[in-house]
Amino acid sequence: MIWLDVLVQGILLGGLYALFAAGLSLVFGIMRLVNLAHGDLIVFAAFAILLITATLGLNPFLAALLAAPLMFAVGWALQRFVLNRVLGKDILPPLLVTFGLSVALQNGMLEVFSADSQRLSVGALESASINLGIVTVGTLPLLTFASAVAAIFLLNRIFYTTALGRAFRAVSDDPTTASLMGLNPKSVFAIATGLAMVIVTLAALYLGMRANFDPSIGPARLLYAFQAVIIGGLGSLWGTLAGGAIIGVAQTFGAQINPEWQILAGHIAFLVVLLIRPRGLFPRAVD
Amino acid sequence: MAFLSTHGLTAQYGQFKALFGVDLHVNPGECVAIIGANGAGKTTLMRSITGVLRNAPEMIRLGDTPIGALPADQILKRGIAMVPEGRKLFPSLSVEENLLIGGQVRKGSGRWSLDEIYGLFPILKERRHSPGTALSGGQQQMVAIGRALMSNPELLLCDEISLGLAPVVIRDIYAALPAIRATGAAVIVVEQDITRALSVADRVYCMMEGRVTLTAPAKEVTREAIHAAYFGAAA
Ligand SMILES: Nc1ncnc2c1ncn2[C@@H]1O[C@H](COP(=O)(O)OP(=O)(O)OP(=O)(O)O)[C@@H](O)[C@H]1O
Ligand SMILES: [Mg+2]
Repeated sequence: MIWLDVLVQGILLGGLYALFAAGLSLVFGIMRLVNLAHGDLIVFAAFAILLITATLGLNPFLAALLAAPLMFAVGWALQRFVLNRVLGKDILPPLLVTFGLSVALQNGMLEVFSADSQRLSVGALESASINLGIVTVGTLPLLTFASAVAAIFLLNRIFYTTALGRAFRAVSDDPTTASLMGLNPKSVFAIATGLAMVIVTLAALYLGMRANFDPSIGPARLLYAFQAVIIGGLGSLWGTLAGGAIIGVAQTFGAQINPEWQILAGHIAFLVVLLIRPRGLFPRAVD
Repeated sequence: MAFLSTHGLTAQYGQFKALFGVDLHVNPGECVAIIGANGAGKTTLMRSITGVLRNAPEMIRLGDTPIGALPADQILKRGIAMVPEGRKLFPSLSVEENLLIGGQVRKGSGRWSLDEIYGLFPILKERRHSPGTALSGGQQQMVAIGRALMSNPELLLCDEISLGLAPVVIRDIYAALPAIRATGAAVIVVEQDITRALSVADRVYCMMEGRVTLTAPAKEVTREAIHAAYFGAAA
């Protein structure tokens, strides 16, 4: 039964990776922008939650609730005042700018928060577990996965059934014609990035409760997020969840064989999927 | 006073000048046709009015107000909607969503709602869940017109709504024009089909190489005058 256990742990870990990836996937799907600072923004949000827990004495869940609107504002402003200026036919400027932002964020956080490892502590919940009959799973990993499913479900609802989602799709299809409908594409992009930062806050909450974090770990989270998005097929949010689960499973199996193989196994799974399905598991029909 | 007017309107694409001082106006509730050969600058004129191409503020006025420098989303909010050349439906949106997005930012106060558009073009109701781009050309044109109407505009710009369509389909589409005008909206139709243009419009402008070469009431204009304006006096 150990392998079943490993499989379940892996899938649950995939929920965390899907949370890392969902915001990236949303932004890419709407404006074809790859945000290289995405991982650092997750770490930034984790520090924001930590700061709120420390100053207000709140538990991390409540602190994340407060951090979410702040992060929305950060994303909105980032898009409005920086990224909108560099979006265009050429994909290089946004890459350079977000790469610069990544470096700046890492250094800034190092300066302010030091290189010490931090953690969002939730006491007993960290070690709590639930017996599901055939396997016993950690409550926190289960909660992480459930949150990922809920977040992706909600994002899909927003994207496909609301006026805002309609605006997202219209602006993504054809910004000029969307502007003839009275939509300002740049404002719509700003809302999209704000929304992505709300998901980033959720990802940060679970990242910080599950393991230690410090200012340097952003790029590795970005890499997992990328892999999940690409395995899933660009722009498909449920695909992103599947991609996260595949990487999570590969990593836990790898770790089971040899702890040093954990990260490597994830990368190998990514390469294998890419070899078999270069466009990912659930590519969008258009593009 | 004119509902909308242009004053020495110029436009260019990079170094290429496409409009050289266009003066025209549309009165409230009036239907104006703009005719002219391919490349005359008709679409460029529509893009300038709707703010897709920006101008000096004074070059376009809405009543007294200079609006030449406003971006497209602001122009729509002031009651000017466009049916763009080539229809430009959103491929990711269903027929119904394409219509809804037309009235999402500005609903206006007027006749047009989803139900009224379905009344005007009943086929769209049957196809409302199809992707907009899965429809025939004529049906797509109906969606594009319905989408523009959803904001209950006071001025509707139609850029070559008959392009590439069969004569019976063109007839069906133009059959909607009286209902649109009955709401009091002014209409500009850009049209290659001169007979059609003269039959629906109150006044006609002819353009050639970025200039207006003829302005006349549609009922009074002669074939000779149009021929001269269309191809130049030398032709
Ligand atoms: N995006 C563009 N870039 C450069 N030049 C352009 C562009 N769009 C139009 N032009 C040029 O501007 C001039 C006017 O074009 P416009 O599309 O306004 O003409 P039109 O009267 O609408 O023609 P048609 O009847 O073929 O639609 C043409 O010479 C055209 O080549
Ligand atoms: Mg044209």
